[in-house]
Amino acid sequence: MNLRRLSLIAVPYLWLFGLFFVPFLIVFKISLSDIALSIPPYTPTLELSEGWAGFKDMVSKFDFENFEFLATDDLYWKSYLSSVQIALISTFICLLIGFPIAYGMANAPKEWQPTLMLLVILPFWTSFLIRVYSLIGLLGQEGLLNQFLMWIGLINDPLIILNTNLAVYIGIVYTYCPFMILPIYATLIKLDGSLLEAAEDLGCSRTEAFWRITVPLSKAGIIAGCFLVFIPALGEFVIPSLLGGSDTLMIGKVLYEEFFSNRDWPVAGAVAVILLLILIVPIVLYQRNEQKMMEAEQ
Amino acid sequence: MPEILFEPWKDPEAKPLIRFQNVTKRFGDFTAVDDLSVDIYEKEFFALLGPSGCGKTTMMRMLAGFENPTSGKIMLDGKDISPIPPNKRSVNMMFQSYALFPHLTVYDNIAFGLKRSSMPKDQIDARVMEMLRLVQIEKFAKRKPEQISGGQRQRVALARSLAKAPKLLLLDEPLSALDKKLRQDTQFELMDIQEKTGTTFVIVTHDQEEAMTVASRVAVMNFGKLVQVDTPAQIYEAPNSAYVADFIGDVNIIEGNATTRDNIVSIAWAEGQPEIIGTPSKPITDGRVSFIIRPEKIAISTEKPADRQNAVQGTILDIAYLGNLSTYHVKLADGTIIKAQAANSRRRASRPFTWEDEVWLSWTDTAGVVLDN
Amino acid sequence: MRRLTWFNATSLTLGFAFLYIPMLIVIIYSFNESRLVTVWGGFSTKWYGELLQNEAFLSAAWVTFKVGFFSSIIATVLGTMGAYVLVRGGRFYGRTLFSGMIYAPLVMPEVITGLSLLLLFISIGLDRGLFTIILAHATFSMCYVSVVVSSRLVSFDRSVEEAALDLGATPFEAFRLVTLPIIAPAVISGWLLALTLSLDDLVIASFVAGPSATTLPIKVFSSIRLGVSPEINALSTILILIVTVGTVAASLTTKRAVMRRQKAEQMADQSS
Repeated sequence: MNLRRLSLIAVPYLWLFGLFFVPFLIVFKISLSDIALSIPPYTPTLELSEGWAGFKDMVSKFDFENFEFLATDDLYWKSYLSSVQIALISTFICLLIGFPIAYGMANAPKEWQPTLMLLVILPFWTSFLIRVYSLIGLLGQEGLLNQFLMWIGLINDPLIILNTNLAVYIGIVYTYCPFMILPIYATLIKLDGSLLEAAEDLGCSRTEAFWRITVPLSKAGIIAGCFLVFIPALGEFVIPSLLGGSDTLMIGKVLYEEFFSNRDWPVAGAVAVILLLILIVPIVLYQRNEQKMMEAEQ
Repeated sequence: MPEILFEPWKDPEAKPLIRFQNVTKRFGDFTAVDDLSVDIYEKEFFALLGPSGCGKTTMMRMLAGFENPTSGKIMLDGKDISPIPPNKRSVNMMFQSYALFPHLTVYDNIAFGLKRSSMPKDQIDARVMEMLRLVQIEKFAKRKPEQISGGQRQRVALARSLAKAPKLLLLDEPLSALDKKLRQDTQFELMDIQEKTGTTFVIVTHDQEEAMTVASRVAVMNFGKLVQVDTPAQIYEAPNSAYVADFIGDVNIIEGNATTRDNIVSIAWAEGQPEIIGTPSKPITDGRVSFIIRPEKIAISTEKPADRQNAVQGTILDIAYLGNLSTYHVKLADGTIIKAQAANSRRRASRPFTWEDEVWLSWTDTAGVVLDN
Repeated sequence: MRRLTWFNATSLTLGFAFLYIPMLIVIIYSFNESRLVTVWGGFSTKWYGELLQNEAFLSAAWVTFKVGFFSSIIATVLGTMGAYVLVRGGRFYGRTLFSGMIYAPLVMPEVITGLSLLLLFISIGLDRGLFTIILAHATFSMCYVSVVVSSRLVSFDRSVEEAALDLGATPFEAFRLVTLPIIAPAVISGWLLALTLSLDDLVIASFVAGPSATTLPIKVFSSIRLGVSPEINALSTILILIVTVGTVAASLTTKRAVMRRQKAEQMADQSS
């Protein structure tokens, strides 16, 4: 391997290794530490000056106390469960809404497609925070949605949507929708129209052709879209924090509060480690799917 | 005045421009080029001919520098070129897909290679104009590749690859994207340009007509090996194997038993049929042989020819009318089908032969080639 | 032939309405005289005025732009290199880990990335401030750039690079003079994506910012926490406007490029 190739690989590799991978090891380390009234607020800390002995001493002070705490305290495992549930349901709703939109875009007349793409990308480029914020005014008790529904006479009393789990669902689906639409659209436009014509020529009805040909062939895009929604949604913080209520249990919010409000970094670390463990399988599957798609194109 | 034949390969004093010395190239388990040795001389128009996967493209890429031999040596002008990277070799390549730089004009495409060298600016300009004139695309100098047609892009690719006056020019299936008429015209132009510039050309193609038209010598390849390297005439008239005979042009292959007596070879090939008589140019070992004869060497007539020793009778099974010639598929008594070709020298459709006609096929005793099995 | 069936037209209309109505409402209410969402007090631009005088917001915006600018440039360079390694790197030790490190940040919850980076900076004794936010943003954005650029590299015809080498260019010259101009649109998209991600980031910035460096998202978030502030409406509208203008401009440029290509092909057909 010549020097040029080595440096090309080394620079991004070392950067990512140092700034992405190593930090995880540190998270794991403090999850095994105890909280302390010091700076940094955990103990033991690694004293490099004490060398190997110092290292061994530090390791001996590690314990799984934080993990035991998480296992026994209701708040945590309920939050994990609730997060998984919310993420799964939101992903599913995103798919139900996103697929027809992507399908409509892919089947639209060619001249419209760039414009449609533009219309999908615009919310995507707009600040995430602003989009969540825009839902607050909409979903509140005196918000516009309630005003509208009461005005057309559908309901008499305002619905309580904001600060409940429902608002969180709406929020996640609203903000993550483009992430579902774009990969599916990208796969659908590559679909060869003549395959559907061949199916119909051989006796399939339109709906049958859709389920037997279009859906299986767009599988890669659907999977990508689902992962792009599910995995980050699981650890979401902003949406449950702004749209959810005090009984909305999402693990991202729990982690943030453990860290900033309770200042219990070791517990926050343990929360992060467990979250990572839950997510490892989906993340690896997502990455495999991406690799497969890229290799298929080469 | 006797013609001065260009035959450096026959000259024992001549030094080859390129020498492949026992070159092997393996990709994992697959051997693309198998212990290949060949010499290519200056000013040759050398063709590498063979089916897909025969190794011809690999050989070319090794000359260009994009692959290195697994074993063996490649010498350019007496020096081993393996350690030299592609950008430092005096070898240039014309790519099959043309590989024109889409973001540069025609002028800049051609000037690209010259700008990498230390040539002064005004000389570069003069050279680019010369190249534009050579391939006749002066009009399009300011255009980008997407603004010109396929045939013109091909010329730009050619001009670009000749701009640096390389010792060796490699052409990777240069005419495959052109339609037939354009291809034929361009073949002659390529030959003209090659003579005019005095560059050594090595062309890779799977089109045997193309190889036969342009090349001074053709190397027929199969499975990474050279089967025969010879002039087009020799390859056609004196193929060294059934593979070569079959690869180039149309051919009849008849297997039989040969016996030699007094410099006359008789081949017994079927019961009830007269033996094939021939006068060999070199001695033939008795035993199983293949007799190879081209369709145009077989005369077809209604009456038995009086002056030829080789004559057989048969029925016309099929006629392929190609305008300038007709190929007759004739079935003999024992079931063998022989192809005979005759020019349609008469314009009026008073066609002498039609389906089911009884005809005589005949040939002289030097019309065919005998190959040992 | 693609026609718009009823089903498709309906799903498209409903879908886009769903995506756009909340933002339109924010825009409308940024011009509301009254503070409340429930009451329309008349058309007014006073909130814009108040916004532009708000020192805290303005300095946070300045910090955000600085971070965005620098981190996006670093991310583009690193991300393009990463794309090259992914597509052209071949086999090397630790390739699976590298590939994992490129794709994982795309889906990793930001709380985890933020927490881990903060702990890293503390461990190595790096003071939190502008520099740490730039490092953090560059790290996760580069992965997005890699994905965008690598998808372009995968379909890139390498014979033009070989042609460049064949004509005498060094490998770096071939990259600079031939490859880069050709993949430039993808690199620019990647850069814009990195810029947007940085300008928009809340969670990671919360973890790694210091007391001296507050970004606009952090400021906006704490304002929202305190209640719906009409200045936020004004700010949101301005941001939406900027993004709209930018995206529309980009789309028009692409359209013009497509039309230019069509004209070029016509020219080519006529000249043959």
